[in-house]
Amino acid sequence: MSDKTMTADEVVSRLSSGMTLGIGGWGSRRKPMALVRALLRSEVTDLTVVSYGGPDVGMLAAAGRIRKLVTAFVTLDSIPLEPHYRAARERGAFALTEIDEAMFMWGLHAAANRLPFLPVRAGIGSDVMRVNPGLRTVTSPYGDGETFVAMPALRLDAALVHMNRADRLGNGQYLGPDPYFDDLFCEAADTAYVSCERIVDTAELTKAAAPQTLLVKRHTVTGVVEAPGGAHFTSCAPDYGRDEAFQKTYATTPWPQFAARFLAGDEQAYRSAVGEGT
Amino acid sequence: MTGATRAEYCVIACAEAWRGDGEVLASPMGLIPSLGARLARLTFAPDLLLTDGEALLVRPDGTAEGWLPYRQHLALVTGGRRHVMMGASQIDRFGNQNISCIGDWERPRRQLLGVRGAPVNTLNNPTSYWVPRHSRRVFVERVDMVCGVGYDHAAGARHHRIPRVVSDLGVFDFATADHSMRPASLHPGVTMEQVREATGFELAVPDEVPPTREPTAEELRLIREVLDPAGTRTREVAS
Repeated sequence: MSDKTMTADEVVSRLSSGMTLGIGGWGSRRKPMALVRALLRSEVTDLTVVSYGGPDVGMLAAAGRIRKLVTAFVTLDSIPLEPHYRAARERGAFALTEIDEAMFMWGLHAAANRLPFLPVRAGIGSDVMRVNPGLRTVTSPYGDGETFVAMPALRLDAALVHMNRADRLGNGQYLGPDPYFDDLFCEAADTAYVSCERIVDTAELTKAAAPQTLLVKRHTVTGVVEAPGGAHFTSCAPDYGRDEAFQKTYATTPWPQFAARFLAGDEQAYRSAVGEGT
Repeated sequence: MTGATRAEYCVIACAEAWRGDGEVLASPMGLIPSLGARLARLTFAPDLLLTDGEALLVRPDGTAEGWLPYRQHLALVTGGRRHVMMGASQIDRFGNQNISCIGDWERPRRQLLGVRGAPVNTLNNPTSYWVPRHSRRVFVERVDMVCGVGYDHAAGARHHRIPRVVSDLGVFDFATADHSMRPASLHPGVTMEQVREATGFELAVPDEVPPTREPTAEELRLIREVLDPAGTRTREVAS
């Protein structure tokens, strides 16, 4: 069985400009931020990003790495509007595919199930149809005759997710209250990279936790990265909560200054800079 | 205990949204709707389900009684056993709601949250709205981006319903022949002139508009002593 451990920089070396990249988590919750930071250190750009957006989207948008964003929202949760995302969107920095939260989920399900689309009772009557003129509808072939949006599969070249624990083979475990859609992101992707707070022996995974915490299966995973604090400054319950003070610094600091102060070096340098206080 | 504040009338008006809903999930967005949902659960709507804002179903005292991660929450929406009260950056005469952006969608003047779950909510479960500051900026002739579907866009939507819109001035519904918005009650101290002044479209005003009902002494006690002893409600609606 293959050992899939690698560094964040090795993950990024396998990504290339122009790719469609899915990013797990939700808003400012359990985002694979160490992988996003590694991406920001690289030259990879022109990305189609698929995300229930938080600071992952804010940072990549501010840094000019996004060609097209597929999302239902971008938020920092405790700070409802993501300032760097807003600024980028208001200056027309990238194209947007704006869809509903449920349409997004069914798009991932379709991709994971190798279906071209799935019918969704969402979108019709709203301006999601106006701003996505490529969306098609499908009418039930049964007696009810209802018309639905045919949500196209959100197939991904690569997925990035962050777990609490993983083994070296790519079995990923979440220990917080919500899996979000991280397993679906991995199943919808040709390659998937899992960062985690701690890599442990396989037997260790279920010693103190129920088997249903094993969210991501190794056959869907290409690489595993041990990245303690890898979701910072988003939440990673129960290992740590959101770093609200730092998130506020992020939200109130002009992007060039934030990037120069916190993202100029590697992950170790980031942690030192964060530790020096905000 | 008398002399309810405007914020407390708003809590009552929000709570009333869930009256008679039975055993469904109350999904309030915003502080005063959250107080309203919990008040309803503690008094006249004891079967309501509530969440902790993350992945747990909880009793009003915070005790977990169920698990509802986002994917199950979205499934619950399409099953219809939910009544959500969303915010609205803009809302129009027929109840179309916008939380996505202000201005031209292609190049918005102000980017807001995005459509979130408004399209799926409005086609699947009752969707009410909460507007803490009733003004012409919010109550507009036409929204810039239809996120939540209004009655004039809901032809063929078999589960579409907007039970009420609550603002700091009153309660509004769509119980008119053409499903255009009408005042259902005004909070005590508010005049129809004030409401007209703050609304960017013509409301269908019935001959008589009653005042929003008074809270009972027990409801006031629950709001003040149990649900919001720190008085955070006045941050959303000044007393």
